[in-house]
Amino acid sequence: MKLLTHNVLSSKCLKGVSVGYPLRLNATDIKVVDVDFNSEFVSRMIPKINYSALYEAAQSIGHHNGLPDAVADDYEHNDDFLKAVHHVLLEVDVVSGDLECPESGRKFPITRGIPNMLVNENEVNEINSSNGC
Amino acid sequence: MKSRGEEVIETPDLSHLSVTDFDHVYEPREDSFLFLDALEKDLSLIHSLQPRLGLEVGSGSGVISTAVARALGSTCYMMATDINPFACKATQQTALKNKTNVACMQMDLDTMMRMDNSFDLLLFNPPYCVTSKDELSQPEEGGSFLHLAWAGGIQGREVTDRLLHHVGKLLSPKALFYLVVIKENDPEEIMNVLSHQGFQGHTIASRKVKNECLSILRFCRGF
Ligand SMILES: C[S@@+](CC[C@H](N)C(=O)[O-])C[C@H]1O[C@@H](n2cnc3c(N)ncnc32)[C@H](O)[C@@H]1O
Repeated sequence: MKLLTHNVLSSKCLKGVSVGYPLRLNATDIKVVDVDFNSEFVSRMIPKINYSALYEAAQSIGHHNGLPDAVADDYEHNDDFLKAVHHVLLEVDVVSGDLECPESGRKFPITRGIPNMLVNENEVNEINSSNGC
Repeated sequence: MKSRGEEVIETPDLSHLSVTDFDHVYEPREDSFLFLDALEKDLSLIHSLQPRLGLEVGSGSGVISTAVARALGSTCYMMATDINPFACKATQQTALKNKTNVACMQMDLDTMMRMDNSFDLLLFNPPYCVTSKDELSQPEEGGSFLHLAWAGGIQGREVTDRLLHHVGKLLSPKALFYLVVIKENDPEEIMNVLSHQGFQGHTIASRKVKNECLSILRFCRGF
């Protein structure tokens, strides 16, 4: 599971959870892979990502080296910055570990790179449950 | 001249999946292939959107998300969910086999995604068959998930409807959503539901296969 995936996950649908973001990330096995750098893609992705959540997640698994703690002002033209973000978003791959809801502490295991985000019907708000809406 | 990538959606290589894999995972059939054909015809529109985040719900073998990930290349981060763990694994393998990347997650629809208008492209070939409500239940520990690939409950709409309810919050102000339906799902009514979330619906492909009247619906907003 790449950190870009982590960045768009939330546990807000759980009962009693009001924000559910960002999920805490614990990694027991991490693989670093090579992904071709596409500066335009990274640059266009910046407005969509929650940068502090990305930074925190990278830090929590010890892969924040080289990543500035805030978005650079001139990021579109700052290849060093974009490369650092590219690395953290796409090249750091969590093979196993878990994601944890920051409010309820509910854990979601990551196995062979796939997070299991399934919850029981009684854990979610009516509107999201199979019988809801 | 258009580059090759703008015109063609190649059917992914699925030779790594065996007959026993298809005991647990939906094997691509007419609905999947009609979906691929329709997406290919719409590819220049999809390119014009320049999607950055894409999501396929219910990816099964991964045939659709892999084909789209390949067609869009490194300009779009393609993600996929399935409720069936075997499908998640198959999707991951299919992407790998075809030298692309699809981020797989085991999830009920899109329920654990950030609902803040981030996704540009959404694809769903849902369980659309009309069945009893009982057939929608999740399997016992160790049981098969395969019935969830087609069992759609009343009107074949029960799973789809749960997604339709909030696509407006999942998708970007300018976004595309493609959905597979059969006549019994009442496509007109689906279009009506989504028009309230700002989406314009069109039928972009139809085919009659045995006793199914399949259609592919495209919903767009912000164009
Ligand atoms: C008709 S199959 C389509 C598979 C593949 N996308 C294709 O076109 O060949 C429907 C898929 O949706 C999945 N599915 C059913 N209910 C789901 C749910 N609530 N959340 C996520 N996936 C679901 C099934 O496991 C199955 O893989």
